[in-house]
Amino acid sequence: MPLILLSALNRIALAAVTLFGVAVVVFVLLRVVPGDPIAMMISPGSTPEQIAQMRANYGLDGSILSQFWIWLKAILLGDFGTSISLRRNVLELLAERLPATLELAVAALVFAVLLGGAIAIIGTLVRRTFLEPVLDTVNGTILAVPDFVWALALISVFGVFFPVFPLSGRVDPSVQNDFFTYFYLIESLLTLRLSAIVDISSHMIMPVLALGLPLAAIIARVLKEALLEAMVQDYILLAKLKGKSNLRLIMQEALRNAIGPTVALTGVQFTFLIGGTVIVERIFAYPGIGNMAIDAVINRDLPLIQGLVLVFGALFILINLGVDLLVAAFNPRLRHA
Amino acid sequence: MRKSLKAALSEPKVVLAGGFILLLLIAAVFAPWLAPKDPLEQDLMLGTLPPTGYEGTEPGYWLGTDDLGRDVLSRLIHGSRTALIVAFVAAGLAALLGTMLGLLAGWYRGWVDVVISRLVDIWMAFPPVLLSILLVAVLGSGVHSVIAAIVIIDWTRFCRVVRSETMAQAQMDYVTAAQTIGFPKARILFSEILPNVAPVIVALLSLEMGIAVIVEAILSFVGLSVSSDTPTWGGMIAQGRAIIYQGWWVLVAPLVLLFLTVLAFNQLGDGLRRALDPMMRR
Repeated sequence: MPLILLSALNRIALAAVTLFGVAVVVFVLLRVVPGDPIAMMISPGSTPEQIAQMRANYGLDGSILSQFWIWLKAILLGDFGTSISLRRNVLELLAERLPATLELAVAALVFAVLLGGAIAIIGTLVRRTFLEPVLDTVNGTILAVPDFVWALALISVFGVFFPVFPLSGRVDPSVQNDFFTYFYLIESLLTLRLSAIVDISSHMIMPVLALGLPLAAIIARVLKEALLEAMVQDYILLAKLKGKSNLRLIMQEALRNAIGPTVALTGVQFTFLIGGTVIVERIFAYPGIGNMAIDAVINRDLPLIQGLVLVFGALFILINLGVDLLVAAFNPRLRHA
Repeated sequence: MRKSLKAALSEPKVVLAGGFILLLLIAAVFAPWLAPKDPLEQDLMLGTLPPTGYEGTEPGYWLGTDDLGRDVLSRLIHGSRTALIVAFVAAGLAALLGTMLGLLAGWYRGWVDVVISRLVDIWMAFPPVLLSILLVAVLGSGVHSVIAAIVIIDWTRFCRVVRSETMAQAQMDYVTAAQTIGFPKARILFSEILPNVAPVIVALLSLEMGIAVIVEAILSFVGLSVSSDTPTWGGMIAQGRAIIYQGWWVLVAPLVLLFLTVLAFNQLGDGLRRALDPMMRR
């Protein structure tokens, strides 16, 4: 079997094991929470027999292992239970909110890669000029500010002093009426609904900036480092002797060899970015799963918390898996073995 | 000890950032005497007064008032108490736990190291946001939960660094010398190695305090930290966010102070690392 396939299978198996580990942790932690789940459901005046019956219905009279088995089967079948505070099926809620978060996170990632890449390339071009320390200082400052502070600073500037963007929500009620999916941005892009595209984008600009700016600064720093290292290699010198311009050297030669570590780092940082959506969605009242997670914790809505943590966990594991496979694909040693 | 203090004080970053944190500390300790007004006193007649220098101000309210007429400056001063308590206690406990385990793993090696290092790996594989959602859900809200969550999530930062630093120190000649003289193993660890690992811990501690201040602000912003009648920066920011069109200063004032505080802790950590590390000094 080719090495790359073997290592891919290995990683997929590892991801499955990790996901199982997350499920175990969630199961255990949520049983540590004070409070009997049945006590919250029974109606006043129930007889002890009725309570015991209810316990049996939910499989709570068995051993902890059999409880775990029942719970795991339900999760695997997509039965996440009913949200206590919202009184709705948890899986439905997640299906409605997850697309909003995914659109936001991916938009922020794309923005960060483009901006970070541009800063790194410009930084390499202006090496040893007065512009380099300026660029490095700007980059360092962007990096020093966490997404929470970025989000609020953006709100102050573009919400109050230059009120150009809407401060909260995902789409204006006047636009939102007939979407078929919950991927509003993608759907309106595909159906070319210009007014919807403009409205949704203007809602997304500030959260995307808050999430993407710190990541862009990290990408810029690492990619620039790798580019500078690549630029002193022999093959670059050879290409330079052939008369290629610096920009061409970077774009055609150095970038390809420098991109590996940046991809790996961006993947890890992307999971942090998704973690950041929790508070950034809150600040912009953006209806994603992060914002819902905070309400779920405030309301101690255990079924919903459980569903959210599992979805976040699965998301993180899938991203890590994707990055691993991507890095392996970029690695020539694995490719030719 | 005196030498490192001198080295630290000759680093401008340490003096500036440390001075700012010292001022903040004084403000927090003496808040009831320093704050010009009662931070909880409401006066709806004096609601959303702008800061000094804008039109329609009232003397004595330097940074204006919020929608309930509470003095923003006084609330900032009192809010620094929660911020600094969380910064010092949470970061201190995380440092204590992580340092102990890191020292043990790096010095005794063998199965102790295997157990502790595996634990750290597993811990760090769990994304902090997931862990904090779960922890706050389990522990409930309140300042104790905030501190517990920070310690439980961030001890690994210290453990990893202290472990590798201890392993590096264990290779040094002075450790071999101490062993030759016949010092007991535990004594070498705590009286010989620990003082040499201390500079790294101090620098990390300062960075961790910055993180703790942000985490506390986030949790009080969403209402999961201390109860709402205690003034906090995060709580003020949430209030400012809600009335942003009526009184931007209620948001901007705590935000700027939060930013400066985090910046100061970061710069202090960076400066201490430079000043205390003999390799960097050269």
